Amino acid sequence: MDSRIEKNNQISDKGEVTGIRPGSAIAKSDKDPKEVKEVKRAVILSEEERDLAIINRPKPKNVTPLAGQKLTPKDIPVFEDTPERRQKLELRKKRHFKRKLRDWGIFTGYLTPSFAGVLVFFFLPLLMLLKTSFQKSPTNTDFVGFRNYERVLTNEAFISASENTLTFALISVPLAVILALLIALLLNSGLPGKSLFRSFLLNPMMVPVASVVLIWQVFFSYNGVVNGITAQLFEGARKIDWLKSEYAQVVIMLLFLWKNLGYNMVLFLAALNSIPNEILESAAMDGAGPIKRFFSIKLHYLSPTIFFVGIMSLINSFKIFREVYLLTGDYPFDNLYMLQHFMNNKFTQLDYSLLSSGAIVMCIVMIIIVGGLFFAESKFDKDVEE
Amino acid sequence: MDDIKRIERKKQATLARRHIYTQVKKPETFITSMTEEAREAFFASEKKRIQTNLKKRKIRNGVITGFGIFAAVLISAFALIPIFFTFLNSFMSSEEIVANYKVVFQSMSGHATEGATYMSRMPVLKLIPEEVTISQYTTLLFMNPEYLFKYWNSLLLTLPIVAGQMIVACLASYSFARYRRKRREVLFFSYIILMLMPFQVTLVPNYMIADTLGILNTVWAIILPGIFSTFAIFLLTKYMRQIPSGYIEAATLDGASEWQIFTNIALPLCKNAIFALTILLFIDYWNMVEQPLVLLTDASKQPLSVFLSQINEPELGIAFAASSVYMIPPLLIFFWGEDYLVEGISRSGIK
Repeated sequence: MDSRIEKNNQISDKGEVTGIRPGSAIAKSDKDPKEVKEVKRAVILSEEERDLAIINRPKPKNVTPLAGQKLTPKDIPVFEDTPERRQKLELRKKRHFKRKLRDWGIFTGYLTPSFAGVLVFFFLPLLMLLKTSFQKSPTNTDFVGFRNYERVLTNEAFISASENTLTFALISVPLAVILALLIALLLNSGLPGKSLFRSFLLNPMMVPVASVVLIWQVFFSYNGVVNGITAQLFEGARKIDWLKSEYAQVVIMLLFLWKNLGYNMVLFLAALNSIPNEILESAAMDGAGPIKRFFSIKLHYLSPTIFFVGIMSLINSFKIFREVYLLTGDYPFDNLYMLQHFMNNKFTQLDYSLLSSGAIVMCIVMIIIVGGLFFAESKFDKDVEE
Repeated sequence: MDDIKRIERKKQATLARRHIYTQVKKPETFITSMTEEAREAFFASEKKRIQTNLKKRKIRNGVITGFGIFAAVLISAFALIPIFFTFLNSFMSSEEIVANYKVVFQSMSGHATEGATYMSRMPVLKLIPEEVTISQYTTLLFMNPEYLFKYWNSLLLTLPIVAGQMIVACLASYSFARYRRKRREVLFFSYIILMLMPFQVTLVPNYMIADTLGILNTVWAIILPGIFSTFAIFLLTKYMRQIPSGYIEAATLDGASEWQIFTNIALPLCKNAIFALTILLFIDYWNMVEQPLVLLTDASKQPLSVFLSQINEPELGIAFAASSVYMIPPLLIFFWGEDYLVEGISRSGIK
């Protein structure tokens, strides 16, 4: 038995391997089976020998004209300062400059329409503001230095207006960001009908300002619905004219949140969807709870979006003036008197120098705030990339 | 048989040679130590335990999602009530509306002294009208051409601004996204500051410039600053900077000109953002009030939004229907492009 297996294991040429019939004339004349071609076997070399072999390996010849030749200093081309050479260099420089100019020109060309318009309708007005802020009045062009700024910075209306604007922004913007994030997390936690809720929440964005104002009046005025409800629920509840009380800012904040939460939430939802799922899953495998997962992973990925939403909310917090103005008119309750009211009123009172210096002050503050925000964002962005 | 023995022997020899094969006694475990019946009973109890656990977890998850849905419904109700309120009230007759909400307006400024006499009365918040009429709509659309004119004014103001701003913004943001040098970045930053400026800041100089250009009290006084507003540029640049540079390099290597790269690569990739911005801008400018109020003194040129915002007691009857009709274009444009809006403002569609 043993021998038979061994025999089977030996490869004997039966014509299956070479494709030639064993008994044929070709097979006989071709080769002797003993005359096996010598196989060059890899010789195990020591390290030194290997290095030597590498160093002394035959050099490739005739591959490139300079290969294997020793270069003498004579052979290295030295560019002499001939007029032709100079011309050539100049041409090259010119071409390079032309190309750069073309690049710049193309992109400036794309920018031009916008830049021209912005120059006329935004930069020029700002410059005019700057000019009038140093003048006694638009008609009387005497240079008065910083007296207008002194006047505006000691103006009580301006101070209280900027305080109100600042507190409104400081409270409502973080609130808008955090609440929107919470709602986005809620909708993202596998709730059925997610897209339906999303469109519901986006709806307030489209309601015309006028109807918003009308509805808020119906709800929050002295004889409004909210007072009616509180009167029915609690015996002897005091009737409050909401928009003329210390709660006025709260009512406006409610309006602001109602209007902007949906939009912010959509931004957050999109950012949450773009977080790689594998990371969250592996964290869950390693035993990280939902809270830990949120603070260690999701927040990290969300940080650019948080900045973005913050800036958008800041813009929208300035835009809420429209609603406040339509709800309460030129002179609202004290804690609703915003910077925009101040400017509007100075516009109607024709006190342009005060208006312009106030606007410039506001501009400077805004530049500082936004600059800080962007600086922080660029730092955080780097963090995320790393 | 011989064969098998031989293989077995060989295997043992190899294993022995390699010092791997050692016979290990299987350790006694909890399960193997039990008798057959005890084991069965143990398995049954374990099964039961796991099932109850699963049930508990299911119930807990159900409760949590229930709470979630409850919260979501509450929030969306908070968001939707005003819209329903406007829409349903638009089917009331104007007498009913005046009867319901007269109290509200009498307590407001100008009627402060009279308000005291109405202290006992409450406004009636009704969602469903007593009798459904479309009388408000007929007065709005057929009886009085004034509203339709104002509607047309709104369209005339909004559409050019949105279209113009989108064209200008596409070009400018392509420039900001592709050519990033220090001076450009400074310019971009100043654009952002301009975007943040409230309208009131540059009110006076804008007024003066419109005056010198001779476009005061024409639609151009609003359209031109609107077109060059920088809001769209900010968003689009943020979006365009996410286009992988590889796409653009590949196109340049294939010999595409800048314009071809712009139209064939940058714009299609930013399609979502462009649609989203169109919606946002349309809604924004559809609702503008302050600019027309200041720059368009002629009442016949003012859009419906200004009229709606100045509604008071006499026109109260028509207010809800006008608001509903006014809400239609934004709603239509929203439903048309909701998916774009969701994808586009996210800034993550390209990757």
